[in-house]
Amino acid sequence: MTEVPAVSTSPPEPAAVAPSAVIHDLGYRPYEGPRLGAGAVSWAFFVTGLRHCFGLGRSGRSKVLPMILLALMLLPALILVGVLVQAKDLLGLDEQIVAYSTYPMTTQLLISVFVAAQAPALISRDLRFRTITLYLARPLRRTTYVLVRVASLTAATFVLIGAPLLLMYLGGLLAELPAGRETGRFLGAAVGALLLAACLAGLSALTAALTVRRGLAVAAVIVVLLVSYTVVATIQGIAWDSGHDTVGEVAGLFSPYTLVNGVQVFLFDAPEATPTPPTGTAMGLLYLGTVAVLVLGSMAAMLGRYRTVTS
Amino acid sequence: MSTSTRPGLSPTIVELGVRSVFGRRRGVLLFVLPLVLVGLAILVRALVGVDEDAAEGTLYGLGLVVVVPLVSLLGTTGVLAPEIDDGSIAYLLSKPISRHTIVLSKLTVATGASVVFGTLPMLLAGFVLMPGDPRFVLGFALAALLAGVTYCVVFALASMLNRHAVVIGLIYVLVWEGLLGGLLSGVRWLSVTQWAAAVGGRIVDPDATQDLSLGYALVATVVVLVGGTWWAGRRLRSFNIAGEE
Repeated sequence: MTEVPAVSTSPPEPAAVAPSAVIHDLGYRPYEGPRLGAGAVSWAFFVTGLRHCFGLGRSGRSKVLPMILLALMLLPALILVGVLVQAKDLLGLDEQIVAYSTYPMTTQLLISVFVAAQAPALISRDLRFRTITLYLARPLRRTTYVLVRVASLTAATFVLIGAPLLLMYLGGLLAELPAGRETGRFLGAAVGALLLAACLAGLSALTAALTVRRGLAVAAVIVVLLVSYTVVATIQGIAWDSGHDTVGEVAGLFSPYTLVNGVQVFLFDAPEATPTPPTGTAMGLLYLGTVAVLVLGSMAAMLGRYRTVTS
Repeated sequence: MSTSTRPGLSPTIVELGVRSVFGRRRGVLLFVLPLVLVGLAILVRALVGVDEDAAEGTLYGLGLVVVVPLVSLLGTTGVLAPEIDDGSIAYLLSKPISRHTIVLSKLTVATGASVVFGTLPMLLAGFVLMPGDPRFVLGFALAALLAGVTYCVVFALASMLNRHAVVIGLIYVLVWEGLLGGLLSGVRWLSVTQWAAAVGGRIVDPDATQDLSLGYALVATVVVLVGGTWWAGRRLRSFNIAGEE
C-alpha cells in the first residue's frame, strides 16, 4: 500500500522565490441552514438503529431473519387468541390460556436468536469495519453512541417480545375477558418485557462489542443465553424435586429469562413459569437488584470498552 | 512440499489449526462450556446424591444436547471459518496439497478439541454423578464421543457450503436437535444426538428397549462421517474464494 517514490527526482527547490500559488475561491458554499443539536442526532441514530434491527433500510437478505422471527413470535399468540375466542365457552376459559408473563419464557429460543443475530449487526460491524471512527468524528459523543445503540437494541427486542403480548391482550378483550384484570396483567407483563429486553440487549451488546469477528459474536450470545437457561432449568428442577427450594431460587438469578419471570412473580404476583419462583421479600428484592446490576453493569462495561476504541 | 495424491494428514495444517482454535476468544468459550458441565454435575451430586434420573437428565439434557454439539461447532468453525472469512484460505488452497488432506487435517484438530472439551468432561461429570456405575459413565462418554465427531464433520461440511456456517449450525442444533428433537419423535431418524444416544444407551443398559435400533444408529453415523468428510473435500476442490456475496 505504500507509495513508491519517483525514481530520482529531488524535491523541488525550497522557496527561494516568493510562492506564487494561490488558493482559488471555487465558490463552494458552506451549509448555512439551522444545525440540529445533539438531541436530534441521537434521535435519528436511535430510529436508524431500531429500523436496522428489523432489516428496514438494509438489504433484502437482512430482512429475512428478523421478519421470520417476528412472525414466529406472533404465530402462537394468534393461535392462542383464536382458540380463546372460538372455544371460550366450550372449554370454560375465563383467562388467557398462557399467561402474559410466561409467553416470553416459552418463546425464548426465538428471542435469543433475535438478539444474538441483531446485536452484532448493530455493534460489531461498526467496530470491524472501523465505521466507529466516522461516527465519533461527528458531534456525537462516545457515551451517546453506546447508550443509543443499546437503546435501539432494547427497543427492538421490546417490540419483538411485546407485540405478541399486545395481540393476546386485544384478543382477550375481544373475547370479553374482564377488562380491568387483563389490563393490569398486560401492563405488568409489558414492564417485564421491557426489563427482559434491557437485560438481553445489555448482555448481547456487551458480548458483541467484545467479539468482533463475524459469526463468533452470534455464537457467543446464543451460547451464553442457552447454556445459562439450560443449567438454571436443570438446577431448579432438581432443587424442587429434592426440596432445596432456596438453591433453585438463587439459581434463577443466573438466566435473564428466569430472572425477569421471578421479578414479575414478585412485583405483580404473576403466575410463575419456573419450578422455584422467588418467595419472600428479601429474595424478591435480590431478583430486582440483580436486574439493576445486570443492566447497569453491562452499560458500565460497554462504556469502558468504548473508552479506548478508536483507531 | 511434495505433491501427494493419496489423502493423508499434514502436520503443518494440524499445527496451524490448533493455534487458530486456541488463539482467540473462541478458546475461552471452549474452556467455559466443560467447566459449566462439570460444575453442574458437582452441584447436582451435592443436592440429590447419587441418583440415576438426575444424572441422566444432566448428562443428556445439558451434556449431550447442548455442550457436546456446541464444543464441536466452536472447534470446527474455529479451524475453518476464520480462514474462509478473511480469504486467507486461498494461500492454503494454492499449495499442491490434496483437498482431502486439508479437510482431514482440519477435522483432526476439530475432533481433538471435541474429545478434550466434550468427551472428557462428560466422562468426568459421569464419574462425579454416578461413581459406582462404570457402564453408565462409559455409555454416555461413548455417546459424547460419537456425537462430537459426527457433529464436527457436519459442521465442517456446513462451513464449506455457506459462509454463515456458525449461525446455520446453531439454528440446526437449537431448533432441529434441541427443540424438535424433544417434541417430535420422528426426528430421531435424522438426529445425530439421538443416534449417539442410542449407541450409548445400549451400553448403559443392554436390555432396555430402544426407540432406535443399534444397527440403524451405527450405519447412519458412519454414513454421515464418511460421506460428510468426502463431500467436504470434494466441495473444497471447487471452492469459490471470492464467495457468493
